[in-house]
Amino acid sequence: MQVSLYRYNPETDEAPYMQDFTLEVPGGRDIMVLKLLELLKEQDETISYRRSCSEGVCGSDGLNMNGKNGLACITPLSEVVKKGKLSIKPLPGLPVIRDLVVDMDQFYTQYKKIQPYLINNEPPPSKERLQSPEDRAKLDGLYECILCACCSTACPSFWWNPDKFIGPAGLLQAYRFLADSRDTATEERLANLEDPFSVFRCRGIMNCVNVCPKGLNPTRAIGHIRNMLLQRAV
Amino acid sequence: MVTQVTSFSRNGLSDWVVQRVTAVILAVYTLVVVGFLLLGDIGYTEWSTLFDQTWMQIFTLLAILSTCAHAWIGMWTIGTDYIREHYFGSGADGIRFIYQITCIIALAIYLIWSIKILWGN
Repeated sequence: MQVSLYRYNPETDEAPYMQDFTLEVPGGRDIMVLKLLELLKEQDETISYRRSCSEGVCGSDGLNMNGKNGLACITPLSEVVKKGKLSIKPLPGLPVIRDLVVDMDQFYTQYKKIQPYLINNEPPPSKERLQSPEDRAKLDGLYECILCACCSTACPSFWWNPDKFIGPAGLLQAYRFLADSRDTATEERLANLEDPFSVFRCRGIMNCVNVCPKGLNPTRAIGHIRNMLLQRAV
Repeated sequence: MVTQVTSFSRNGLSDWVVQRVTAVILAVYTLVVVGFLLLGDIGYTEWSTLFDQTWMQIFTLLAILSTCAHAWIGMWTIGTDYIREHYFGSGADGIRFIYQITCIIALAIYLIWSIKILWGN
């Protein structure tokens, strides 16, 4: 099969370029894209990419494969290869450090803004802050995010204003803490989100939902945040 | 640098609500006008009689104000999305400012002109 790989080494290349590789998949098996990258690395050991757990848990190997973001380790070739060809690029929008490795600073800066931790200034109980099963269920579909950045880097609003729009990943987490019955900073959290950029740059085009490798729905979470902001205002 | 200084309300929620309320007003106005046109034989007299009525004049002015608010929020958003240094270089802020002023003047002209048509001679 034909693989077209995004290459860029800032120390030697003036500009990024696409490098073509031809390779035979051993036994014609339906391997994951990450395995394919490992095979390519045997041909050219300078190819750079991030990886860690290789089972869709750590979120290190978010890539753009034939135009769609996803995790290389849990994306089988059969899902992305078209007409025997596969183009692999880094996550769109973020600065490239080298080859498929991107600088995630903008992404983490936005994540940091939403204060992704439980805030509760009431005196802690002797053991732990309890939560009813119903309240705990409200966090389903929110806590599972692994911060791979596939969603935020598929979002045009994040491409245009990465310094001001929180992005789908950050907003999903923002709602995760807004929805948490143990968190007492709802007012402060909402006040930080009502400017024209942080939440309201979302136009609901749902690219985030389309690419999320964990099957989460940031657009719905953003809708909940909007409703909370509205209820707080009227 | 893209800022929110020239935003309609400098508050995302209020822009968002205004955008939706004005959209509903414009939708209802469109239905009323299109419905009237579909009634059948509409000539100058019928059209003029319709717009001589106070309720239609108020409704029309409301629709025009809605257009202005709706358009400004939309155009401001488009400008702050696309007219940025990434595409326009260091002059992006100046270009965006000219773009925003042009939008405001155009909308102001539409508004004043419409009032003149509605209540002028």
